[in-house]
Amino acid sequence: MRHLAAAELHLLVRNRMAMFNAFLLPLLVIGLLAAGGDTGDPDATARLVTGLLGFVLLGVLYYTLVSTYVARREDLVLKRLRVGVLTDPEILIGTAGPVTAVALGQMTLFVAAGAAFVGLPVPANAAVLLAGVLGGAAVFVLLAAASAAFTRTVELAQITTLPVLLVSFVGADFALPADALPPAVAQTLRLLPLGPTLELVRLGWLGSPGRDALGVLGEAAAPAGLLLAWTVLGWLAVRRWFRWEPRR
Amino acid sequence: MTAAIQVHDLRRRYGTFEAVRGVSFDVERGELFALLGTNGAGKTSTLELVEGLDRPTAGTVRVLGRDPVRDRAQVRARTGVMLQEGGFPPDLTPAEALRMWAGPLPAARPVAEALDLVDLTHRAGVRIRQLSGGERRRLDLAAAAIGRPELLILDEPTTGLDPSSRHDTWRLLRALLGDGVTILLSTHYLQEAQELADRVAILHEGTVVAAGSVAEVVAGFPARIAFDLPPGLTLDGLPDVVGAYSEAGGRVTLHTTTLQAALTTLLGWAAAHDVALDGLDARSATLDEAFLSIAGGAA
Repeated sequence: MRHLAAAELHLLVRNRMAMFNAFLLPLLVIGLLAAGGDTGDPDATARLVTGLLGFVLLGVLYYTLVSTYVARREDLVLKRLRVGVLTDPEILIGTAGPVTAVALGQMTLFVAAGAAFVGLPVPANAAVLLAGVLGGAAVFVLLAAASAAFTRTVELAQITTLPVLLVSFVGADFALPADALPPAVAQTLRLLPLGPTLELVRLGWLGSPGRDALGVLGEAAAPAGLLLAWTVLGWLAVRRWFRWEPRR
Repeated sequence: MTAAIQVHDLRRRYGTFEAVRGVSFDVERGELFALLGTNGAGKTSTLELVEGLDRPTAGTVRVLGRDPVRDRAQVRARTGVMLQEGGFPPDLTPAEALRMWAGPLPAARPVAEALDLVDLTHRAGVRIRQLSGGERRRLDLAAAAIGRPELLILDEPTTGLDPSSRHDTWRLLRALLGDGVTILLSTHYLQEAQELADRVAILHEGTVVAAGSVAEVVAGFPARIAFDLPPGLTLDGLPDVVGAYSEAGGRVTLHTTTLQAALTTLLGWAAAHDVALDGLDARSATLDEAFLSIAGGAA
């Protein structure tokens, strides 16, 4: 599997757009953050920075991987891999490896930048923060594989990824103020994958007023369970719909 | 020891179209078995079931005694597969692609050795998208062989190769057979089957219409004697033989199921009457003729 990931890394390095997104874009974002990210309102700043992590999960991990899975399927790479010794999950994970590593690296960088430049605290409970980041990554890798099943060409990924991108952004309330939507709608949207992911990230990073690290852990149980449920659903969707070769 | 591949009454349906309609054959250990057929005869559909890429609609496949779908891990480690079309990312180089492929294999040849086997050493560092069709086919063959498999399943391994590369590939396949490897391949080059195959099966519209050694398959078809019609003679003046004469453009063709007897009669008659049979040519049916008669006749 690491050999497949190594090959994917070669391909990533040869893709200029992907390289820009992976390495230059985050530096640009950190520059902006350092220059004007401190809004003076700690809550708003915190929302902005944790939202950045959500942006990495969607824009970098999810979107890039949908294109990658579709490109490998249409080039018959996935079909070929299935006549080799790797298992189906190994093929999916190996293909996702480098992009996932880039996304995790970017998120680490943003957490560090948040602490260094805009006065956010050192994470209150690193384990919860990590669970949010890793769980979110797992769910969006699976969602990318599921979305790839409904995407016939790499170009069409721009359209087929829209539903997940839009709904996630709106639901995780960093595109719109929390009170811009009717409460019932907002409540429902918060149940979507990015909701519990960012909730864990915020809990783990900023803590919860009046609670210590242990208290945070208790509060994290509900979003963690929700994220786990999404992971299972994602896996079932992949097993049900994922296509290993182009339609004839 | 059981056969390397056992295929029994295999069927594969896509929607309402049945591409494979009850195919059966066995491939013995150490032999080269060729599946012949026109495009659309069901060769690739059959091979994909043997490769374990899909479950058959009905019937059974056993590869090295196992179910290639259920026992995927055990079967894959001992087989090398070459699909009809490539499947390496076009922006990798052949060396990178083979490194990726060989990585998880337990007893793989070194990448340099595999590239050398198919004469691609000089192209090792070029992007795959810049390779010719024939070079990609050879890269696919290198990938199939790199794990030192007991069994090779090759879907049209020489399609797109120039004649010289084709002969190189044949030499490599013979060498692998010499090492005891079993090979199942599909081809629409009849000469390839004639050169390499211990046994063949001819597929037509999803069924096996002829199977056996090349000699057995062609034995069912008439041999052919041809010569220039001697001046001053008509077909009626020729001796009686089993078979029928026909003539076109001054050339006589005789199709016969008793080649030796017909030829003896003809030559005896020519000697007795002091007739010269210019351009005399006598031959058993070729696989080409058998194939065309099957594929054309049944259509």
